[in-house]
Amino acid sequence: MADFRTCPVTGLKVHLEGEKLIKWNAVTAIVFLLIGGLFGLLVVLTRWPEVHLLPADLFYMALTAHGALILVVWIVFFEVAVLYFCCTVLLQSRLATPKWGWVGYWLMLIGTLITTVAVLQGNSSVMFTSYVPMQAAPHFYLGLILFAVGALIACFIFMGTLVIAKDEKTYEGSLPLVVFGALVACIIAIYTIASGAIILIPTFLWSVGYISHIDPLMYKVIWWGFGHSSQQINVSAHIAVWYAIAAILFGAKPLSEKVSRMAFLLYIFFLQIASAHHLLVEPGLSSEYKIFNTSYAMYLAVLGSMIHGLTVPGCIEAAQRQKGFNKGLFEWLRKAPWGNPVFSGMFLSLILFGFLGGISGVTMGVEQINIIIHNTIYVPGHFHATVATGTTLAFMALTYFLIPTLFRRSLAFPTMAKWQPYVFGIGMGMAALFMMGAGTLGVSRRHWDIAFTDAALKFNHPQAAWLMMGLAGIFGVMAVIGGAMFCLVAVGSLLWGEKLSMEPAPAPAAGAAKPAVASHGDAGTFTVPGTFTLAMVFLIAFVLYYFVNWKYLASTWGLS
Amino acid sequence: MSSSSQGERIPVMQRILDNPFLLLFIGVTVPTVSYTIWGIMEVAQLPVAK
Ligand SMILES: [Cu+2]
Repeated sequence: MADFRTCPVTGLKVHLEGEKLIKWNAVTAIVFLLIGGLFGLLVVLTRWPEVHLLPADLFYMALTAHGALILVVWIVFFEVAVLYFCCTVLLQSRLATPKWGWVGYWLMLIGTLITTVAVLQGNSSVMFTSYVPMQAAPHFYLGLILFAVGALIACFIFMGTLVIAKDEKTYEGSLPLVVFGALVACIIAIYTIASGAIILIPTFLWSVGYISHIDPLMYKVIWWGFGHSSQQINVSAHIAVWYAIAAILFGAKPLSEKVSRMAFLLYIFFLQIASAHHLLVEPGLSSEYKIFNTSYAMYLAVLGSMIHGLTVPGCIEAAQRQKGFNKGLFEWLRKAPWGNPVFSGMFLSLILFGFLGGISGVTMGVEQINIIIHNTIYVPGHFHATVATGTTLAFMALTYFLIPTLFRRSLAFPTMAKWQPYVFGIGMGMAALFMMGAGTLGVSRRHWDIAFTDAALKFNHPQAAWLMMGLAGIFGVMAVIGGAMFCLVAVGSLLWGEKLSMEPAPAPAAGAAKPAVASHGDAGTFTVPGTFTLAMVFLIAFVLYYFVNWKYLASTWGLS
Repeated sequence: MSSSSQGERIPVMQRILDNPFLLLFIGVTVPTVSYTIWGIMEVAQLPVAK
């Protein structure tokens, strides 16, 4: 018989074994965020031209470690926690086969350690993409494969828990929207992990000598089914987190649950094919293939994102207006709890993801425009806007909610927690912006020495590019400080935070409605003028930026 | 509501959205065909350098 406790804050039933897995996965994630973030600091300090800290070999080692630990380990461990949270706590169900949950956890952890050791030994500085014919040590691939198997187990446990919850009737009707978003993340994860396994297993065999040759283009095609789609798991997961936080803090219900669900469905169909944007300059692939997968069909997924981008702030506005914050266009936003890191983190994530990550992502995914910035530092600029200010910041915000509710600890260093989302969000947002700027001026990504000091042919970047690399360095350090503040608050709360009582709140009104995050329903209004104004600003920025890039492309090569 | 829902037909779209395994099938098949298989076919058709 499964054991449960009743959450004193939300009144939801919590499966104890499931809860333990959520906690362990979340804590492990944060530990690797800390380690991966330190490698990030080394990368920043090397690419900041005035500092240029590491020698070339250590730089590529640090870059490999940073990519693997942050882009995969931190994110996926936390996502497993989010998946388990959604299918057990929000559905009030027991977790399917907790024993397998532990098998998955240990596989992921051991895999991480093996790959990290391989990287630190110095013979696997192949960077996160590990493009063949560059070859890493066999255990570099082996660790990633073990990690992938562990994550796959977690996905199947999530699916299994949905079946159990339905059988045991722990919820009624359709899945709550937040859980549905988690399901979408899980589905994308299964395709992602399968792609990773399909390419990493032969690459592992190649590294130990059983296979003589792996075609580099074939590798790229399948690898990006893993590398890009893994970032789409993040998008689905952090959007689910946005909806969750809006529901938790404001009791907000989506403007139209049906429309939000359809937007998630568009993700299932069309989000993952955008992997092709990494192949836009490969001569071996046709334009039909590239354009279908990165433009025509993919724009339907972009439509999904724009719906979420409209409806998440929209549902907050609707909820706030119902509470009487009705003055003018933006009183609902001004009077939002900006001092609460759960809200500020979530809202900054939404704005920065949309304006920086979204606009740049769609623009750079256009085959013609892509040539301006392909393999420049614009690309890391773009994905730091999506993964760092989007996903990571949203997960940080969720952590600030989970610490008191799931871990039953009060936040240590509350003032630091209050400022943390701003330091991290602004630091990372500006760093991303300046990286994109430098990339537009031609600064290469993954490049140790943009001065080309020992090159036979001299080349000089424009002064503005140097300036922007310096600014990216300064704001990058600020982002690292923001990340360190987060780790300090999270770890400090777990170690020294005041223990909160496990007793159910004295009078949880009998028969009270389920919290919005675990139930259904619409906001019942579309009167959200503030959100529509924001959306118009977004669209204008989008259109302007898009056409500026065409203009820029037109002037790159003169016709005569 | 619940008493009358016995005879009420559930709309097709909702039945799709309520079936996680169908969604899983779609979410794996579409990118596998449109991205992976199409891509592999194009790479495989490239002539080998002599
Ligand atoms: Cu990508």
